[in-house]
Amino acid sequence: MSDQIILVVNGKRHTVQAADDTPLLYVLRNELGVTGPQYGCGEEACGACMVLIGDQATTSCKLPVSRVGTSRITTLEGLMEEGELHPVQRAFLEEQASQCGYCLNGMIISTAALLWKTPHPSDVQIRQALDGNLCRCGSHPRILRAVHRAEALSAERED
Amino acid sequence: MAARKPDAWLDDWIAIGTDGMVTAFSGKVELGTGVRTALAQIVAEELDVPLERVRMVMGDTALTPDEGYTAGSMTISSSGTALRLAAAEARRAMLEMASERLDATLEELSVQEGAITVTHDPQRSLTYAELMGGKRFNLRVTDQAPLKPPETYQIVGTSVPREDLPRKVAGQPVFIHDVRVPEMLHARLVRPPSSGAKLMAMDESSVKDMPGLVKVVQRGDFIGVVAEREEQAIRAARQLHVQWQAHRVYPRMEDLYRALREQPTEDRVLVEQGNLEQAFAGATRQAHATYYQPYHAHASIGPSCAVADVQGDRVTVWSSTQGPYPLRGALAELLNFPADNVHLIHVEGAGCYGQNGSDDVAADAVILSQAVGRPVRVLWSRAEEFLWEPKSPAMAVELHGGLDSQGSVVAWEYQVWSPSHARRPRVANQLLTAQLLAGEPAPTPRFSYGAERNAPTNYAFPAQRVTVHYVPDSFLRVSSFRSLGGSKNTFANESFIDELAAAVGADPIEYRLRYLHDPRERAVLAAAAEKADWESRPSPRTSESALADGRGVAFARYENDQAIVACVAEVQVERDTGVVRVKRLVVAHDCGLIINPDGVRNQIEGNLIQSLSRALKEEVEFDETRITSVDWGTYPILTFSEVPAIEILLIDRPDQPALGAGEPATVITAPAVANAIFDATGIRLRQTAFTPERVREALSERGKTD
Repeated sequence: MSDQIILVVNGKRHTVQAADDTPLLYVLRNELGVTGPQYGCGEEACGACMVLIGDQATTSCKLPVSRVGTSRITTLEGLMEEGELHPVQRAFLEEQASQCGYCLNGMIISTAALLWKTPHPSDVQIRQALDGNLCRCGSHPRILRAVHRAEALSAERED
Repeated sequence: MAARKPDAWLDDWIAIGTDGMVTAFSGKVELGTGVRTALAQIVAEELDVPLERVRMVMGDTALTPDEGYTAGSMTISSSGTALRLAAAEARRAMLEMASERLDATLEELSVQEGAITVTHDPQRSLTYAELMGGKRFNLRVTDQAPLKPPETYQIVGTSVPREDLPRKVAGQPVFIHDVRVPEMLHARLVRPPSSGAKLMAMDESSVKDMPGLVKVVQRGDFIGVVAEREEQAIRAARQLHVQWQAHRVYPRMEDLYRALREQPTEDRVLVEQGNLEQAFAGATRQAHATYYQPYHAHASIGPSCAVADVQGDRVTVWSSTQGPYPLRGALAELLNFPADNVHLIHVEGAGCYGQNGSDDVAADAVILSQAVGRPVRVLWSRAEEFLWEPKSPAMAVELHGGLDSQGSVVAWEYQVWSPSHARRPRVANQLLTAQLLAGEPAPTPRFSYGAERNAPTNYAFPAQRVTVHYVPDSFLRVSSFRSLGGSKNTFANESFIDELAAAVGADPIEYRLRYLHDPRERAVLAAAAEKADWESRPSPRTSESALADGRGVAFARYENDQAIVACVAEVQVERDTGVVRVKRLVVAHDCGLIINPDGVRNQIEGNLIQSLSRALKEEVEFDETRITSVDWGTYPILTFSEVPAIEILLIDRPDQPALGAGEPATVITAPAVANAIFDATGIRLRQTAFTPERVREALSERGKTD
C-alpha cells in the first residue's frame, strides 16, 4: 500500500514513502517539513493549501500525491530566491497585507500565478483570481493593494 | 490610569538581558491582530529602547502573568497599561541605580536607546544591561513612577510594521498547526452527527488492519483514533463503523425566535430613566419594531488544532486558546491534576474572533495523549469546526418608541431576548470533550453575560427603559464572538432610530445629533458625514430604477464608554435579483490615544468586512437534529468580488486613554447597510442576513401594499 514516490519540490528531488491516495498537502507538511501550505477545508474550497504546480496555483488538500508525477512543485518558502523574498512576498509585507496570516499562503501563491499569466491585471481580474481564496479576518483591501504593488515590483524586476 | 495589579512584581513583566535585550511578559496572546507589535511599542517607548531590542513573551503559563482571556478589545487598555506602568517603574529603578553609580542627580541624567548618561558629561554613561548585570529588579510596580508625556512619544503612535509578518509571508512555522514534537502521533475525532446523539455501537474490527493505527480511544460519547501518520488517522476515522442515535434537540428554524422568547427568562433592567409610561401616554406618535438576528459561526479559516504531551501526572499543551490560565485550570480539572502540573504554551492559531474550537481541541489532545502515552496532535475537520464550535447566539429585539409633536423621541423602550454569550471553559464541564466523556450536555452557565453590551444607546432620550431577558436554553452551543451582543443590539438600535427619523421626515444624521451631547461623539458622527459627502435629506430617496442606490448611517459608542464609531454605507440594490452590492463604507473612529495607526486601520477594515459578511450572507442553518451549515458552500462568507471600497478617518486623541480597536467597528456595519437599503428602496429589513431572497421577498411585499 505504501509506495516510494518521487516529488520535485522547490527545485529538489525527494523520495517519499506514502500511500498513493495521500493528499499532497500531508506529504509536503509532514514528510518534507514544508509549512507554507495550510489545511483549511480539505475540500478545495478555501485556498489555504495552495501550491504552484508548474505555474498553476493548485489546491493540495485533496490532490493524490501519486497524481503529481515529477511536475515542479513550488511552495511559499520555495518562492524565495537565495534568501530574498519574491516580489509578491515583498509586496504583501510592504502593504502589511495580513491579520492572522493563515490565508496568506494561498493569497501569495494565487497572486504569483496570476501575475505570471497576466502581468498587468485589472481590478476585476484580480478579484476574480482571488475569489477562491477565503480570508476571514477581512484583509481584502490590503491584499488587493499588495497585488497591485506586486505587479509594480515584478515589472521592475523584468526591466 | 490605574494599574491592573499595583502590587505585582516588576520582574513578572520586564527583564533586562545582559545582551541589552528587553524581554516583556504579557499574559495576553496574539490572535492575529498585531498586539504583539503594539505591546512591544509601548514597552520600547516607556523604556527608551529601540523597538527591535524588545522581545515579547506571551501566553505561557510557565513564564507570563495570568491575564485571563485575550478578549473584549482589552489587550491595549489592560495589558498595555500594565506593561506601560512596569516599564516606567523599570526606567525609574534604573535611573536611581545610575544616579548612585554615576554619582549624579536624577536631574543630571538622560536616557537614550537603553543607556543612561550624565547629560553634561556624556563620557559617564551606563547601559541598562550594565546597570542590571543580568539581575532581577526585586521591586514591585508601585503605580507611582513618572510616565512619559504622550507628546514626547516617538514609537507609540507610529505605524511600525508587524513583527510577525516576515515569518508568515515566508511560510515559516508559526501556527499551532505547525507544531511538531518528537514521537508525536496524529489523531482525528469521530464525533456524533449532532449534539446530544448517543453512541449505540462501535465496531473496532472495522479498522483493525489499517496501516499506522495506534489506538481507537472510546470513552462515553468521545471517540478518537490515533495513528502514526496524519492521513492514516483521517482514513481510520472515516472507516470506523459507529452507530449513533440522534435526538430532536433544536426547534425548527422558522420557530426559533418564538422558541427563544417562550422560555422563562432572567430579566435585568439596565436603564430606567424618567417615567416611561407617562412619556408614552403623552407621545403624539408611537412606533414598534422587532429585529431578529441568527446564530453566527466564527468560521476560522484554519480549523482548531492542538498538541498535548501527557507524561505521568504532568502535561504540556500547545494551544491557540484565548485564555492560557483559564484553560490550564479546566484541563487540570479534567485530568484531576494539580494546575501547576499543566504547562500551557500559547501558539498562534488562525484568527478566531472569539471562542472557536481551540479550547475543546486542546482537551481532545490531552485525553488522547494520556490514552497512548505519547504526544498527540489533533486537528478538527472543517465540518467539525462548523458543527461544534460555539456560535454567536441568535437574538430578538423589540423596540417601542414615542415621539413628541416635533418628531423627537420622548420615550424609548428596548427589550432583548438572548442566551448568555459567556460559556468560556473556566471549568472543565464547559469543554465539549468533557461533555462527550460524561455523555452529558453542557450545564447552563452560572451567570449570564454579554447580551447587555450596547443594548443601551448613548442617545439622551428623556424617558427610557432597557431590559435584557436572558434565555436559559440557547439550543445551539453558544459562546463569545467579537463584540458579544454589541453588534446585534446595535443593529436593532441603529435601525430603529433610522425608522423614527424616516417616520418624521428628518435627515438620519441630524436626527441622531439631536440626542448626542458628548463633543467627542458628535465629532465622530460629523466626521463620518463629512468624509462621505453626506447629502442632508430624509430617507428613503424612493427611486424606482432597476438599480436603486442608497446611503445609510450608523453610530455607536462601544460598550457605551469605549471607542466611538460611525459608518456611512453606500449600496446598490438590484431590484430584479434582490442582490445588495455594498459599494463603499466610510468610517470615522475615535479610540483615544492610537498606539499604531496602521494596526488600528487593519482592525477597522477587518471588523467592517467580517461584519458585512455577517450582515449580507451569514446564518447558521439547522434542522431539528443537527446543524446543516457544515462547509463553505452551506456557510458562505464574503469574497473579494463583494468587498467594497473602505475609507477610514482616524481621530487621534493623544491626551485620552488608549481604547481597544479589535471590536468597535464590528457593530455599525449591519445597521448602516440596512439603513442604506431602506434609503434605496423603501424596504426595511429587520432580520439579517440581507440575502437576495429576503430582499426580493421584502420588495414584493412592499409592491403589494403600495
